Amino acid sequence: MKTKTSVIPFGPQHPVLPEPLQLKLVMQDERVIEAIPAIGYVHRGLEKLAETKDMNQMIYVVERICGICSFMHALNYCHGIEEMMELQVPDRAKYLRVIWGEMHRTHSHLLWLGLLADSFGFESLFMQAWRARERVMDMMEATAGSRIMISTNIIGGLRRDIPADLQRQVLDMVDEVEREMKEMEQVFLKDYTVKHRLVGVGVLPKDIAYKIGAVGPVGRASGLAQDMRSLNYAAYKELDWETVVENDGDCYARTVVRVREVYQALDLIRQAFAKMPEGDIAVPVKGFPDGEVVTRIEQPRGECLYYLRANGTKNLSRVRVRTPTFANIPPLIHMLPGCQLADVPVIVLSIDPCISCTER
Amino acid sequence: MLEMLHNIVKNFMKGPSTRLYPFAIRKPFADARGNLVGIDEETCIYCGMCQRKCPADAIVVDRATKTWTMNPYKCVVCGVCVEICPKKCMTMGESHRTSTKKMENVVQQKKAVEAPPAPPAQE
Repeated sequence: MKTKTSVIPFGPQHPVLPEPLQLKLVMQDERVIEAIPAIGYVHRGLEKLAETKDMNQMIYVVERICGICSFMHALNYCHGIEEMMELQVPDRAKYLRVIWGEMHRTHSHLLWLGLLADSFGFESLFMQAWRARERVMDMMEATAGSRIMISTNIIGGLRRDIPADLQRQVLDMVDEVEREMKEMEQVFLKDYTVKHRLVGVGVLPKDIAYKIGAVGPVGRASGLAQDMRSLNYAAYKELDWETVVENDGDCYARTVVRVREVYQALDLIRQAFAKMPEGDIAVPVKGFPDGEVVTRIEQPRGECLYYLRANGTKNLSRVRVRTPTFANIPPLIHMLPGCQLADVPVIVLSIDPCISCTER
Repeated sequence: MLEMLHNIVKNFMKGPSTRLYPFAIRKPFADARGNLVGIDEETCIYCGMCQRKCPADAIVVDRATKTWTMNPYKCVVCGVCVEICPKKCMTMGESHRTSTKKMENVVQQKKAVEAPPAPPAQE
């Protein structure tokens, strides 16, 4: 007997969602047939502020697009203006950008791993992941002065350097987080109950991931070897790393990609400290940019695209941001049909949704 | 099973993972950006540079009355004003601003120069 369909609203307020995203789930019994997304709950009009804030003040506005990858937003924005003005950023600043960028990636992935554990009801694992994350946050505060909005990027380089004694502390933190990550990895990737909730859930095949434009760990878990760090911004060209790729395309593969990327980020921090030259951390900037530029960098959630248009004055005429979660909502809508209602929170979290980024 | 026993014993032996807040409070890191405390009224030249650079429009400088006003609820604690200040007269505190019952701006004004003492009356 065929049952009638019903619509269940998932969000915008839901225990598993850190931010307001609504999905209208068309259900048949316990099975999802279709998911219709609705966004627009946290739109703040930050792009519009470019008309009233000057280009240096905008750094602090774009940082506030996202609370997790604030450094990456500022980096992308500064990188775009530096390209427009043809500024040569000092080598030391490039390495420091890698270090802070990878610290952001580490804490973002640890936060996500904790939230994933929480979404399938593994509270103690959630606390372990966030405890490791707290070590990164402490080092962020020690090196940059603030836990989240570290505000170290400026056009032409950086505002702060990391002195030798703090470098040792950061490397100690890297060792400590790696040790804790190895313990957690045993549970995240090998525990029977965790695998039961993740393996084969929310599968996104490679061809569809490519067609609908999946980015970041979602795309890489489906076999798309795309990582914007290979575009060689900052000092990634000088460092030894390889794109992390998994081929299964399910929630488990997305977890594996992020776990491996935590190790990769910690390794990149070590390499960057080892190769970082002495010297200046910023170049003086004269005049205002003119023209337009598109820059792409790899945030923890995936590719972030900035389009900047300048007119030779202190105010930019257009700032447009395409964030990774915006690109990953179509893949999410593709993953949901056919799954059980109880798997919806895990699948939604598997794209690491950041709605503040998406709506700006 | 043995591994689990090892973990159980280890957890019994080691101390707590969290601090006993509020009895044990972690000291703020050196140079942490906690809150913008204010200016040194006597050193400040009231040039208005901090007002122009502030990304949050939190600072208002009145050159005529030599008054510096900061709205702590607008301030995003980026520290640009402290760095840009030509006289280096602004202070960034390491700890965060505590909650208050009343929303008030931080207002600082240069003290008026006292008039020279009156000459002694001649007889």
